[in-house]
Amino acid sequence: MAITPDDVAYTARLARLALTDEEIARLGRDLGRISAYVAQLTEAVAAGEAARPVLPLIADAEALRDDVVQPSLPVEQALSGAPDVKGPFFRVPKVIG
Amino acid sequence: MTDSPTRWSVAETVERVERGEVTAAAATGAHLTRIEERRSLNAYITVMADQAREQAADIDRKRAAGESLGPLAGVPLAIKDNILVAGVPCTCGSRILRDWIPPYEATVIERLRGAGAVFVGKSNCDEFAMGSTTENSHYGPSRNPHDPERVPGGSSGGSAVAVADFQAVAGLGSDTGGSVRLPAALCGVVGLKPTYGAVSRWGLVAFASSLDQIGVFGRTVADTKAVFDVIRGHDPRDSTSMRTNGARPAPKQLTIGWPEEYYGEGLDAEIRHSLEQTANRLKDSGHKIIPVSLPNSKYTIAVYYVICTAEASSNLARYDGVKYGHRADSPDDLLDMYRHTRAEGFGDEVKRRILLGTYVLSAGYYDAYYGTAQKVRTLIADDFTRAFATVDCLLTPTSPTCAFKLGEKMDDPLAMYLSDIYTTSINLAGLPAVSVPCGTSKGGLPIGAQVIGRPFEEHLILSVAEEIEKHRR
Repeated sequence: MAITPDDVAYTARLARLALTDEEIARLGRDLGRISAYVAQLTEAVAAGEAARPVLPLIADAEALRDDVVQPSLPVEQALSGAPDVKGPFFRVPKVIG
Repeated sequence: MTDSPTRWSVAETVERVERGEVTAAAATGAHLTRIEERRSLNAYITVMADQAREQAADIDRKRAAGESLGPLAGVPLAIKDNILVAGVPCTCGSRILRDWIPPYEATVIERLRGAGAVFVGKSNCDEFAMGSTTENSHYGPSRNPHDPERVPGGSSGGSAVAVADFQAVAGLGSDTGGSVRLPAALCGVVGLKPTYGAVSRWGLVAFASSLDQIGVFGRTVADTKAVFDVIRGHDPRDSTSMRTNGARPAPKQLTIGWPEEYYGEGLDAEIRHSLEQTANRLKDSGHKIIPVSLPNSKYTIAVYYVICTAEASSNLARYDGVKYGHRADSPDDLLDMYRHTRAEGFGDEVKRRILLGTYVLSAGYYDAYYGTAQKVRTLIADDFTRAFATVDCLLTPTSPTCAFKLGEKMDDPLAMYLSDIYTTSINLAGLPAVSVPCGTSKGGLPIGAQVIGRPFEEHLILSVAEEIEKHRR
């Protein structure tokens, strides 16, 4: 399946990545080659019996813990790496006009 | 034993520190000096000189006070820079986390600290562990100590270089598709990728969560095992970490499978020959080697690159310029901030994988790509289950080639992805595997053998690796 520059630009929008025209052309070529390679999987499924999707790999039935509140990261620490904060909040550019 | 602490094993270091023949401070100092002398190999992104000296002084104080020391007392370790050490920068090899200092610490680090280990530095890696050579690091490539013009393998290349080059006694990496085993093979050290769920991933920066596992590098199997024994075990903070009830006793004479698909086209002839010799020696010591088939091996890379990119595109959505790391200057609005923050912060390979992952998960393509890959993943896992009905473990090469030249595969992502052809299936099936040096090429480059085990049978594959190691000496 050919991947067009429009497909790449659309996917980049979904992925929240600003790409230059040069990147769209170059990454688009790579994506085309990789997706062509991946297309062989269709034949594997066609050849194989009706395989179930894998999940979970190795199950642990006892993974659940008691539903009690545990200590978590204090607010100051959770905010310590943020580029912009105000009081106990992350600050971002205005969302609603 | 030689005089420099940089040459000692884990056991030798601990023994000498306990007996007071050397201080932890001196053992640490010797490694910090070696690190400075060998900066050109670029093993570390952050050298933790001050913190390491403090940790070492603390161990020496404890010893002077007659307190008991842990099983890794005074052992200098390299920690891959995607594992959180509280208060120490964690870049993940990325520009987007250049100045980020984590406010908490990984479970494995807590356990190692409790055992008396000393962290000498955060080691170099491909950006967010995406790569097979460490060339995708924003902080420059690491170089192979056996030939600095060649790659060390990746993505945990820095830890492999540090251990191979005596800049640490042992180290931690993470292995999503071979990122511990591949650099171990290319640098001539031991690399263990434990069973999915055997080691807590609390504090490991996520790449592909159904595949990621923390692993260990050592110059010997015994060193690797000593570190693994400290970090393994259930952790309530990681819901994928498992409680295990002791493994079955390993039989003395093992049946070892030889998967024919791993010895076909594309395998370097010298590596094949080295593996045949390894198998013959194991046969001579009484083990049985039998051919087995893993017929879906040929789909491994395709499945892996759909699943790991899908999961990565989702995991890396968190780098939005809001919570931590880089933020683009003066954006027009929120969406513009996200797009430019990520464009400026991520390198080429990360962008490529986020795009591919977003593509295979997008409406209209999800079933054809992601759904199909999940099904073929089951077929691959079933191949192993069938093989393990008749064999105790499997013997394969770790890498199809020895270390190649820096830059050789950077322009061809698909060729680069094929470096992982013998390692990714193990992550897809959640199994443990170890890479152990088994020979040297005519050009003097290390060759690694991979031993693959049943879930939670790390002790068994490590004992086979130990035999391979003994045969070489």
